Amino acid sequence: MSLLEARGLICHFGGVKAIDGVDFDLEPGEVHALIGSNGAGKSTLVGLLSGRIPVQAGSIRFDGRDITRLPAHARVACGIAYAFQITSVFPRLSVFDNVALAVQRTGARDLRAGTMAALDRVGLAALADRLAGALSYGHQRLLEIAMGLALAPRLLILDEPTQGLAAAEIDSFKALVRSLPATILLIEHNMEVVMDLAGRITVLGNGRVLARGTPAEIRANPVVQAAYLGGRDADA
Amino acid sequence: MRMLALHLGVLAVLAAAQFLLPAYHHTNAARIMVLAVYAIGYNIAFGYTGLLSLGHALFFAAGMYATGLLVDRGGEPWLALLAGLVAGGAVAGAVGLLALRTAGPAFMIVTLMFAQAFHLAILYWGGFTGGDEGFTLSGAARRLGPLDLADPTTRYFVALALVSVAMLGTLALVRSRLGRVLVAVRENEERTRMLGYDTFRAKLLALMLSGLASGAAGSTYGLMFGYVGGSFAAIQYSILPLIWVLMGGAGTVLGPLLGTALMFYLIDLSSSVTTASQAVVGAALIGLILFAPRGILGTLRERGLRGLP
Amino acid sequence: MEFGPFLLLALMEGLVGAAVLALTASGLSLVFGVMRVVNVAHGEFFMLGAVAAWFVSQWVPGPPAVAFAVALVVCPLIVAALAALADLAILKRLKHEPEATIVATIGLLYILQQAALTVYGPEARPVPAPFEMRLQLPWFGWSGYKLFVIGAAAAVLLGLWLMLTRTRAGLVMRATQIDRETATAFGIDVTRVHAGTFALGAALAAVAAVLIVPIQQAHYLMGGDPLLLSFIVVIIGGLGSLRGTLLAALLIGLSDGVISTFFQPTLAKIVATLLVALVLVFRPQGLFGARA
Repeated sequence: MSLLEARGLICHFGGVKAIDGVDFDLEPGEVHALIGSNGAGKSTLVGLLSGRIPVQAGSIRFDGRDITRLPAHARVACGIAYAFQITSVFPRLSVFDNVALAVQRTGARDLRAGTMAALDRVGLAALADRLAGALSYGHQRLLEIAMGLALAPRLLILDEPTQGLAAAEIDSFKALVRSLPATILLIEHNMEVVMDLAGRITVLGNGRVLARGTPAEIRANPVVQAAYLGGRDADA
Repeated sequence: MRMLALHLGVLAVLAAAQFLLPAYHHTNAARIMVLAVYAIGYNIAFGYTGLLSLGHALFFAAGMYATGLLVDRGGEPWLALLAGLVAGGAVAGAVGLLALRTAGPAFMIVTLMFAQAFHLAILYWGGFTGGDEGFTLSGAARRLGPLDLADPTTRYFVALALVSVAMLGTLALVRSRLGRVLVAVRENEERTRMLGYDTFRAKLLALMLSGLASGAAGSTYGLMFGYVGGSFAAIQYSILPLIWVLMGGAGTVLGPLLGTALMFYLIDLSSSVTTASQAVVGAALIGLILFAPRGILGTLRERGLRGLP
Repeated sequence: MEFGPFLLLALMEGLVGAAVLALTASGLSLVFGVMRVVNVAHGEFFMLGAVAAWFVSQWVPGPPAVAFAVALVVCPLIVAALAALADLAILKRLKHEPEATIVATIGLLYILQQAALTVYGPEARPVPAPFEMRLQLPWFGWSGYKLFVIGAAAAVLLGLWLMLTRTRAGLVMRATQIDRETATAFGIDVTRVHAGTFALGAALAAVAAVLIVPIQQAHYLMGGDPLLLSFIVVIIGGLGSLRGTLLAALLIGLSDGVISTFFQPTLAKIVATLLVALVLVFRPQGLFGARA
């Protein structure tokens, strides 16, 4: 059974059909990449799935349960975590407090141990007492991921996680993603990262699904090549 | 630990001051401590949760009137005091259910309007509330069991006890999981929601705690100084805690007490020199928001005292 | 008097209130629209206009009409200059951040009120009307000056509308309202636009006050009611929408006239404040605004 099943999602802003009848499934344990040019509807689709944007038509089921009308915070409680595109850690709180906020949401008994474990995972344990705003950009991205992880989600949505990272940081990020037990939905512009990590890829264009398949299938797909992979990646 | 010691130290100094202060300042100190409880309550909403309310006089006056009207009609003072606390918290909850659907300037105006409506209601139903002139409380009404609140020494210690509870309560709140969530809401509400928190509930809870403390302050103030009046529900009494907290440092535990004391004596001194004490309040507001929006302790915290809660 | 004529009188009084309110509220609305500043001191600009009109009436010799004409020009200019100064000295340095500016304008309110009390005193003082004329209707007589107030307010509002839609200054203001960054990019001096808008908003309140002060005396605490009513109008009309503001001013002014004739004014105010709060909670775009 699928972990997440979205059917016939529609979201129009004024006259713009940001998402126009999308079906979307996630299998348990897979790393699924969502690609498409700017304005293809990636952010809107993720917004609908995470609950930040209300669904206008269609349905979303998570683990067999209908979550279409559930507010964002309740979806997090169901096990859908979202790591922000633009780094949005709490800059004036300590690194520890940032992650502790996520850990205490899970009802953990030992807050300190849980928080330090999550920080250890991304290699930030030594910086726990720093203010989050004082971290380097790459470290802030890692902190953001640590916060997502600390929620112990069943589905982790990573919105452009490698944007602005150096090559070495991207490598350690890939290793980190491979080590995670959760299902992962990855919105990513860096094709090398996508091809490397994703088991399946969904290509969006103009609010619709253009293609779906394994990295090899997507690479070979003429429609996708024409629409997206053909030229240089417009957004990179 | 060091920080707990600091706060206990401040309270100990206040306890010792009881024996040292001359009568005039003695009464002032009791007054300041009760008003500081009001400021501490305001700080929970404004300083920690980021809810800038312009209507807290509503909660202060709700506590004061609930208690005052009850004891005035022969109610048991202890129960009346409890009723004042409940009134503050409950009214804050009711206002919050509506006002928290808005944010920023709209929230400020909505809270202002609710408080204004309450103030007008007190004037309109003057037969019941005493209107603008208010009413005084008899000696019997001001006796909490063995504690006679008309007696200066008793009054001082009751005020000290109240401010101690409020201050240590805030300290505990700030270090609790709930406190962390409230600060997160202040810093970035959307992000907090995406960490799985129902931020509306968090804000409502903060506002109710804030209202509870404000109600407690209003209730005790009425009993201690034996007077309940419409001016305590006026907009000035919503602005005062904002100034106190801004001055002492929003989002600091000791800030409200410090700000209340400083502002109290600033107005006290200026009104002995000039009649323009209102202008002092105005100038303080503008000066603080322009030059020291973090207040005294907030600025100290930025300049190195990072552990200050 | 019978009910019919009584209602007519109430409506006519309401129209005077509506005219003055429309002026005051459009100033508040303009400032909010262009600058995103909720000016809590707006009522004090109104009060200053009235108090200044009294001083002018004392100092300018000759018939009341001359003094009134001078006041109508000079008082708004004084108040506008003061407002521009306040914007440049205070609000600009707060970068017009909404919450901070509300706190600052509360401070300004206190200072202006205290200044008026110190300089002008606690008395309520009348200002003579520029002319005495009585209109005799079949049921009651009515002051011709009130008719003049309605006409003058309408003329000023028409001028404001022409200025906003037909002149370069108006275009610049509207451009700043829509997008501050782009306006800056197009070489618009946003600082000047803001100071000018704040001054214009205050001047509108002052004009309203000069017009009303022969009917209602000048007093240092008189700013509260116009502030509250302007808030109501601007919020019900939709924040920052001038057309909504005018419609709402007419509605509120008329109903205020009628309600305070037949009911207790305090009760009317209670209902009005609660109404504003509820409109902000449930229909933040105002009763006349379209859902954004």
